[in-house]
Amino acid sequence: MDALLLQILNGLDKGSAYALIALGLTLIFGTLGVVNFAHGALFMVGAFCAVTLQHIIGLSKITIDPTKVDFLGNPAKVKTPYVVEWFGESAGMTIIDWAVPLALLFSIPVMLLIGYAMERGLIKHFYKRPHADQILVTFGLAIVIGEIVKTNFGATEIQVPAPDSLAGVSDIGAMFGMGAGQLAYPTWRIVYFFFALGIIGAIFAFLRFTTFGMVVRAGMADRETVGLLGINIDRRFTIMFAIAAVVAGLAGVMYTPIKPPSYELGMQFLVISFVVVVVGGMGSLPGAVAAGFMLGILESFASMNVVKSFFEAIYLPSIDQIIIYLVAIIVLLTRPRGLMGKAGVMEE
Amino acid sequence: MKSLAKSDKRTLLFVIFIAIAAPFLLNPFPEGSAMAQFNAGYPDLMQRFAYFGVLAIGFNILFGLTGYLSFGHAAFLGVGSYSAVWMFKLLGMNIIPGLILSVIVAGIFSLLIGYISLRRSGIYFSILTLAFAQMSFAMAYSVLTPLTNGETGLQVYADDPQVFMNENSIAVPHLFGLKMQDTFTLDIGPWAFQFNIGYYICALFLIAAFYMSLRIFRSPFGLMLRAIKTNQTRLNYTGINTRPYTLAAFVISGMYAGLAGGLMASMDPLAGAERMQWTASGEIVLMTILGGAGTLIGPVLGAGFIKYFENIFSKINETVLHGWFAFLPDGLENAIVWVLHFFVGKGWHLTLGLLFMAIVIFLPGGLMEGAQRIGNWWKNRRAKGKTSSAKTTPAE
Amino acid sequence: MGILEVNNVNKSFGGLKALQNVNLDIEEGKIHAIIGPNGAGKSTLLNCFVGKLVPDTGTVMFNGQSLLGIKPHEINQVGVSRVFQTPEIFSELSVFENVMIPCFAKRDGAFTLNALNRVHSEQDIRERAEEMLVDVNLIDKRDMIASSMSRGDKRRLEMAMCLSQQPKLLLLDEPTAGMARADTESTIELLKTIQERLKITMAIIEHDMGVVFSLAQKISVLAQGTVIVEDLPENIKGHPKVKEAYLGEAQV
Repeated sequence: MDALLLQILNGLDKGSAYALIALGLTLIFGTLGVVNFAHGALFMVGAFCAVTLQHIIGLSKITIDPTKVDFLGNPAKVKTPYVVEWFGESAGMTIIDWAVPLALLFSIPVMLLIGYAMERGLIKHFYKRPHADQILVTFGLAIVIGEIVKTNFGATEIQVPAPDSLAGVSDIGAMFGMGAGQLAYPTWRIVYFFFALGIIGAIFAFLRFTTFGMVVRAGMADRETVGLLGINIDRRFTIMFAIAAVVAGLAGVMYTPIKPPSYELGMQFLVISFVVVVVGGMGSLPGAVAAGFMLGILESFASMNVVKSFFEAIYLPSIDQIIIYLVAIIVLLTRPRGLMGKAGVMEE
Repeated sequence: MKSLAKSDKRTLLFVIFIAIAAPFLLNPFPEGSAMAQFNAGYPDLMQRFAYFGVLAIGFNILFGLTGYLSFGHAAFLGVGSYSAVWMFKLLGMNIIPGLILSVIVAGIFSLLIGYISLRRSGIYFSILTLAFAQMSFAMAYSVLTPLTNGETGLQVYADDPQVFMNENSIAVPHLFGLKMQDTFTLDIGPWAFQFNIGYYICALFLIAAFYMSLRIFRSPFGLMLRAIKTNQTRLNYTGINTRPYTLAAFVISGMYAGLAGGLMASMDPLAGAERMQWTASGEIVLMTILGGAGTLIGPVLGAGFIKYFENIFSKINETVLHGWFAFLPDGLENAIVWVLHFFVGKGWHLTLGLLFMAIVIFLPGGLMEGAQRIGNWWKNRRAKGKTSSAKTTPAE
Repeated sequence: MGILEVNNVNKSFGGLKALQNVNLDIEEGKIHAIIGPNGAGKSTLLNCFVGKLVPDTGTVMFNGQSLLGIKPHEINQVGVSRVFQTPEIFSELSVFENVMIPCFAKRDGAFTLNALNRVHSEQDIRERAEEMLVDVNLIDKRDMIASSMSRGDKRRLEMAMCLSQQPKLLLLDEPTAGMARADTESTIELLKTIQERLKITMAIIEHDMGVVFSLAQKISVLAQGTVIVEDLPENIKGHPKVKEAYLGEAQV
């Protein structure tokens, strides 16, 4: 039972990331009708927002402390981060400690700007082009973004720690009425899950309860008609694209303590997120979210030893590596349009 | 040859000429000159041109004709390589059994994957092929280690059975004694032209592959494939069962990929799982699009183009750049080198990404469309020149 | 005994009964028109003939063979061709290629792996396609890309594609909708001559009564999913039930 619960929890944080990326992909596909292969890159850019902010906050003034000597006998250099100097010891250290959550604030304008520029500069010209062209041009863009990040940050993974108070493990077992210490789980992963739920909730509420959201939903159902109503669809498209970029960026920022980012992060998540979107059904937001969590959790279950040996017994070894693809194949063959897809979407 | 139209014959002869003369054509700069680094006429690279050409031609039969975008074609390439290396391990270093097996195994493999994937179209098809390829990659990397030798990659060891070999046999890949690695160098003045056996074997297969694709393009079968791309509904109501057509195209292009994989292993008897990864599949798509999907010669051009620039660009480093711009004032020189160094050497992928975007944005028909546009522009200019001169003549 | 016999066909979508106990008997060699007000179920009925829809109950027999549950290409191969309301053609191919494809389908069946023949040396197919293009007056445009043609030409092309297969039964879904008067006239002439020459049975759905009465040898009137009258054209004009069906619609 504990093991089962632990695996579900393990799947939740990965599932959350899949769900957030898939949600953005679906928003873009549903409203703009564009298949965005650069969406994983946006997730990765978000993660590097956190890296950048951590770096900026950590910038230090170097002073020489004549009272101390280093191991060579020279006067020791002391690094004092500027934030400590400006805000005092405790406030400064707190800011450094909370770099990742602060990066959320930092990433929003950055992602909005990137999203805006991307839509106006590139995507806009691809509304009427075939899906294959959209896939190819955004695929090219993803390569370019990845390479730019690589030149600036190098090819290795960069550690970005969570705030100290959230970096440890929480005793989840107690919450579910088990004895203390029965089931411990990294706190940040729990934070990530609730964060993802919050974002997903906010997006759905936004679409449900605002006029803007209503138009967008109408547009997703029938783009041409909404266009005929004389509503300025173009501006809304741009905004939706920027929002989707922000969602991907935020998801990326928060994911950094779980997986240290490298420039390849985007592509790793993109491929799986696309599978998620397709399994959920192209154009269906609840489908994308449900499929994201489902595949995340299934992936985590498949890495259990019991499950692994079971599948090995029926000649399906290394199930943890192939489970997502296997599920995708089964779903697509039994439900042609994914779990919640609509007819006639992307079938040409 | 009789069965080809005149223009097709010309195209074929052109390809044959390029393939035979490649060691000359790709080596225009004398040894030791500053431009020598742009030469591509060395065996390793020319071999790559040829077998990636075979790969792209095959992919084009599926994507260019039917419009089905497969994102998992690298799986067939990988399967082909593994099969060939296994033949080297079990039988001996003659490449023929390896090539035959690689085509057969890739054919069977693509029949299985195609049979399932082709039940869907559009992006669903793309994702299904991607899923199968990723699964193959993951399994080749881990559990199928007895077959694939996992992370290390499959290679020929001294204690392999190699039943057709004795101590006098050749220990490198060969075709009835012709070693793939043998190169004959022809020195003419400062030029050194290299003629490599392996390259010519690959080129032979490239020509054969091109000829086959030419026949397919011009056949009723090819017409049906093009019809599938335009309107599948109408084709169904016209009494055509589209599924076997798409499946046949898928298997044919899978066999091409298997052959390419087999050739790859024949030139360098190794096979690794990374050959099957989706980035490799993406590269195949890139080549085809870059050259011009649906055109005959485009994919070959695209493959050559990407492999050439990959090779040349990644070799250029800052020192080389400084060498080029040394004639400029120091400040300017440094500035230019600083800008350019992002795009060369390790930054080659950035150039590739930008180039690829530019092609999709401005030239959806790929290099072939570019060539056509330039041709048209030239014709128009000449036509204009003629009419204007015709106008002026009577006045004189 | 008709070439196409439809017995007690029912089809509903959710709660909506699109077809109720439809009986139809199309005689061989005749032009049979199916008319009726909008929403009467004409297109649904046609879709049941070609395998696009499967009726809930009832039978559709073609030459004594059931058409239910078999695939569109199989239905075509037994001799039923269909012209769509919006032309379904191979818009990226040339006009000539458009007509060659059905000729290949007729000759080679649903699938042949003739990857090494040349389209250029298929003399019989080329002649057949050329004849057909002459018949529909599109021979001058044989090398045009189909998508660049006018709407009327596209319809004529689609008709040529269907006729080139010499189907036993040709289904036409509003063949003259959206055509200019002159085009309509020439289409009527075309269908008449083809019918006289080849004796192809035709079932036509049509709104334009002028077209219906100049072509049809028998008319079925469909209203609210059932056939209310089936008779010769001269008896349909002024038939009280028909009036009621159309006037009823007009009043709404």
